[in-house]
Amino acid sequence: MNFFRQTLVIARKDLRAELRTKEAINAALAFAVVILVLFSFAFDPLEEQTREISGGLLWIVFAFAGTLVLNRSFARELPNDCLDALVAAPIPGSALFLGKALANFVLVLAVELVSLPVFGIFYNVHWTSRIWSLLLVLALGTWGLTVIGTIFSALTVNIRLRELMAPLLVYPMLIPALMSAMKLTVDLIAGKPLGGDNQIWLRLLVVFDVIFTALSLVLLETVLVE
Amino acid sequence: MRQKIIYGLGAAAAILLARNLYSIFLQLPDDAMQGMIYRIIFFHVPAAITAMLCAAVACVASILFLITRNFRHDALAVAVTEVGLAFLAANLVTGSIWGRVIWGIWWTWDARLTSALVCWLLYAGYLMLRHAIEEPTTRARVSAVFNIFAFADVPIVIFSIKWWRTQHPQPVFWGGGSIDPRMYLTAALNLVALALLASVLVLIRLRQEEVQREIDSIRRYAHAI
Amino acid sequence: MRAVAAEGVWKFYGDYPALRDVGIEAEPGACLALIGRNGAGKTTLLRILGGFSKAGRGQVRIFGADPRETETRRQVGWIGHGISVYDELSAIENLTLFARLYNLSEPRRAALEWLSQTGLERVQNGLVREFSRGMRQRLAVARAFLHKPAVLLLDEPFTALDDRAIAVLQRLLREALAEGRTIVVSTHQLREALELATHVALLNRGKIAFRGPRTPEMLSDPGWVYAHYGEA
Repeated sequence: MNFFRQTLVIARKDLRAELRTKEAINAALAFAVVILVLFSFAFDPLEEQTREISGGLLWIVFAFAGTLVLNRSFARELPNDCLDALVAAPIPGSALFLGKALANFVLVLAVELVSLPVFGIFYNVHWTSRIWSLLLVLALGTWGLTVIGTIFSALTVNIRLRELMAPLLVYPMLIPALMSAMKLTVDLIAGKPLGGDNQIWLRLLVVFDVIFTALSLVLLETVLVE
Repeated sequence: MRQKIIYGLGAAAAILLARNLYSIFLQLPDDAMQGMIYRIIFFHVPAAITAMLCAAVACVASILFLITRNFRHDALAVAVTEVGLAFLAANLVTGSIWGRVIWGIWWTWDARLTSALVCWLLYAGYLMLRHAIEEPTTRARVSAVFNIFAFADVPIVIFSIKWWRTQHPQPVFWGGGSIDPRMYLTAALNLVALALLASVLVLIRLRQEEVQREIDSIRRYAHAI
Repeated sequence: MRAVAAEGVWKFYGDYPALRDVGIEAEPGACLALIGRNGAGKTTLLRILGGFSKAGRGQVRIFGADPRETETRRQVGWIGHGISVYDELSAIENLTLFARLYNLSEPRRAALEWLSQTGLERVQNGLVREFSRGMRQRLAVARAFLHKPAVLLLDEPFTALDDRAIAVLQRLLREALAEGRTIVVSTHQLREALELATHVALLNRGKIAFRGPRTPEMLSDPGWVYAHYGEA
């Protein structure tokens, strides 16, 4: 039970610190809107075809904007050498990882939930028809994004070109999760229910989430202790 | 001693390759439907298999490094990843050429090629990560963790892209169709040849890593004085 | 049981040995001053003792256990080069955070107690980002002492402290020693450290060049150890 208490302490700390400055979350939101606008020039939102693929576009927006938040995850521990204090504290590496991942998950999900209506307006897309299934896909996909983003933030925390490196490494690794989320979102927006053909993508998302969460929980301490 | 092993393996690879080239170009008949170009498959498929073997070895080496912290394992991981990356690139290029001849386009987003491309990006990321870390111990540790993640992703990537696309021609060797039995033999032999070649390259690269480590430490000594 | 014990420690960066066959020890209640030039390996050794880093070879033990074990970490307090508190949080938020991480039974009360011990109770709700340098350093000291650790590891703690912070730190360290706790402090500021020290160890290019109790000569002539055992 200690484990969960410590996890929540870390999560609360990250959320409190971020909400005080709002640096990452503002940047992510602005970035999301900018990408949505940019896409409207590349793909005419008025065309039927665009509306069909728009679910895919949405996840590109989420991935790019989300990365802004996720990169900061361990980078925010660098000023004042706060990372040292966390590593020295009697908490298991898995609790540190889970706490940060939870905080990140909340932040990225918040950005996504704000982007969703904007997306609906810009692209004239009704995304509310299967809202609960959509939220499930959002949650699963965002968790995958969060896990990889958080662990890679830890991996690159001490590297010179951290801002460049982390996205470069994260995106290829995310492809299966993004692909599944895109496929499911496109179907859900078009009105198809979850199940049948879609099951396989849902399962893939879950498998992805489970495998990489497990790996991250186990390996975080190895990453942080020299 | 190591030199002898390298030469020995190299010679074996060369002989086998020569034999295979002879067989591929002069002995085996043209394919009924594809004509000449089908011969590229004798390099395309073994290159992919070799690359996969390299990825597996890299993952094992990374895990071993994290357990033992012995730099030999780290050197093996980077050597084998680099060589695997080269073979994967060969797989991509041969696949692209084949596609150009048969379908008229340089790149089709079919399942196998796309998976190969994504895996290539994954492991290229490994090399970029290594480049960005100067301190050898941190570099070894961090890249080992990354390698484990990359290897875990490989099967997921392959399956997910397979379900996404289904345009790749039915696997020549493990699918339907009637194949001249000589082709099986030649393909298998070429796999052995490429594996030998890969081993030679890995050994050479390993030596390079050792020398580099010695130079690094001598340089640090010099600075300390 | 010795509070801090290192034996045959080697630490490599690549193939370069930053620490070579290093051995130190400290009994409970002792204060070991770790001295040496820049680059001698003091920070490296301290970070291994603190569990931030693993020794390449050799053994390190805090009360007989590995520094990385959770229970051991609970007993160790650390002051490194940075203050290790969050700029965006207030003083009391920082301390209650760490109090909770260290599983203290009454986090807020402990935080308030240490804020007053370090003279920061009036600014408890101020954000650290707005603190003066001396205040930040005193908060760092509060953070390290918060969970009443049995072992304190301090990496050049007196560097760039203002007078008030030095006074606070020295008082707290003396009290800690009187309570039987153990201190390992690395330093350039020989005088402040030697006043507190019961033992001294000199690190020279990764090797221990001298190890022994602190003598009156050392106190009256802080350069004594360097002169006799170090290189100019």
